[in-house]
Amino acid sequence: MDNIPVRQHRTLTINILRHNPADGDSQPRLQAFEVDETDAMTLFIALNVIREEQDPTLTFDFVCRAGICGSCGMIINGRPGLACRTLTRDLPDEFTLLPLPGFELIADLSVNTGKWMRGMAERLETWVHASDLAGVDLDQMEQPMDPHLAEQIYELERCIECGCCIAACGTAQMRDDFVGAVGLNQVTRFRLDPRDQRDDSDFYQLVGDDSGVFGCMTLLGCEDMCPKDLPLATQIAFLRRRMVAV
Amino acid sequence: MGAAALEPKPMRQKINRWPARLDVAQSLSGLLLVLFIWGHMFFESSILLGKDAMLWVTRMFEGAHLLGRPYPVLVSVAAALVLALVALHALLALRKFPANYRQYHRLNRHVSAMRHLDTTAWYIQVITGFALFFLASAHLLVVLLQPENIGPYASSDRVWSGRFWLLYGPLLLIVHLHAGIGIYRLCLKWGPFPAQRLGLWRGRIKLAAYCIVAFYLCLGTASLVTYMRIGAQHAPYAGERYAPEAVE
Ligand code: HEM
Ligand code: SF4
Ligand code: SF4
Ligand code: FES
Repeated sequence: MDNIPVRQHRTLTINILRHNPADGDSQPRLQAFEVDETDAMTLFIALNVIREEQDPTLTFDFVCRAGICGSCGMIINGRPGLACRTLTRDLPDEFTLLPLPGFELIADLSVNTGKWMRGMAERLETWVHASDLAGVDLDQMEQPMDPHLAEQIYELERCIECGCCIAACGTAQMRDDFVGAVGLNQVTRFRLDPRDQRDDSDFYQLVGDDSGVFGCMTLLGCEDMCPKDLPLATQIAFLRRRMVAV
Repeated sequence: MGAAALEPKPMRQKINRWPARLDVAQSLSGLLLVLFIWGHMFFESSILLGKDAMLWVTRMFEGAHLLGRPYPVLVSVAAALVLALVALHALLALRKFPANYRQYHRLNRHVSAMRHLDTTAWYIQVITGFALFFLASAHLLVVLLQPENIGPYASSDRVWSGRFWLLYGPLLLIVHLHAGIGIYRLCLKWGPFPAQRLGLWRGRIKLAAYCIVAFYLCLGTASLVTYMRIGAQHAPYAGERYAPEAVE
């Protein structure tokens, strides 16, 4: 082999929603950008190329560019996903990027998932509840946890709060007060935690209605679109059975 | 430790169990209706085994084999029960319908953008459910009000001369789509599938639902065509009742 075959690179046409709610004159519109595709190009790279070479005002969020921080969720050709984990080679020559629906729009592709997630966490009280927390001696060794249980909790703790499951959920799109798979998953995570002293009737107070687990209509968009592959369908069905048994 | 026991327990709000009960009732009414419709298909298609077989089934539901003579009112009672179940189920499901134009608009946009089978399937269930509200009620009311008008010729005449095939054709397709999707969603809504096996079971249940729906659509079409054929042949005598061939 004396010459390595070079792949024909495509020119991508990327239609991006442009809108800045803070600017009173701004009207939502789609703007098309052309980008030369490179090997192993992710949407993260493509968007940075556009911002550096074509339009410095283009707004979008990135921090980790490795699927960990959860800030780059957007609608990629109709479906939610992480831009930093989406390869352009899996997309057609022309595609559309929209901000995640259901969250406050900051500008263009940037949405305020943090505000939504904070509201959800306060509403579902997603922290360890124990009566003697103030008396805990921080210098003492923590109680050891069964490794299997620790693993189970870790599995649910992997959620990066990217908001893809909210954008993927028909229920959440219809009803603004629905806590979504991200919220229901976090409740099952604290329910597993032996340090949390709440019981099922406490959890029922938090999710036992149509804005909680009974609102979920098992459309499984969350299960299929979660970029971290969390076991959402299993957790929601489990929580539903527990809450009915209270 | 002794003092802790004396401390008043924090007042706990009384919990409202109704959302849980309604969710269970919705699934249970759906499940019963699915089991009903799947059983119903076998009785209805007894016509494929001949007019005598269908007459035997008709008489059975009228209690003739147990009580000595047929009481069509028993059929009315059964139809009333199913109608009540349909009404309950529809009322509960109504809570899940888009409640206003804004929700409807968002749902529409979401379904078409996502191109996601389970989301689309649910949307089909909402639409077929809405249609069933009228079609299923119409069919059940006819059975409820004219229980004596069931039989190899009476039913065939209704299907052909009474043009009821225009109702039964769409009803067949719609009810089985709704029931097949419903049973698939019920399994995933409640089923205790471990996370590692969920995908496997989901695929299996989906395949089973496809097969069951296909089977019932074939069975139902064959029966409906048979009723239409008998009805067409019998049209000149429409109204006459069937007399069993082997009368002792
Ligand atoms: C008046 C007629 C009917 C209406 C308006 C109706 C409506 C609906 C709707 C909108 C749903 C979705 C609810 C949800 O996602 O939570 C649903 C679910 C379901 N339907 Fe119906 N339906 C009707 C009749 C039937 C019949 C005749 C059957 C049986 C063949 C049936 C079986 C089911 C099942 C098994 C479910 C799933 C239940 C669940 O998700 O908990 N339905 N129905
Ligand atoms: S559950 Fe999945 S999709 Fe939802 S916020 Fe967490 S990581 Fe994102
Ligand atoms: S299963 Fe469906 S309705 Fe339930 S949270 Fe997930 S996407 Fe939403
Ligand atoms: S940039 Fe952190 S998840 Fe994509």
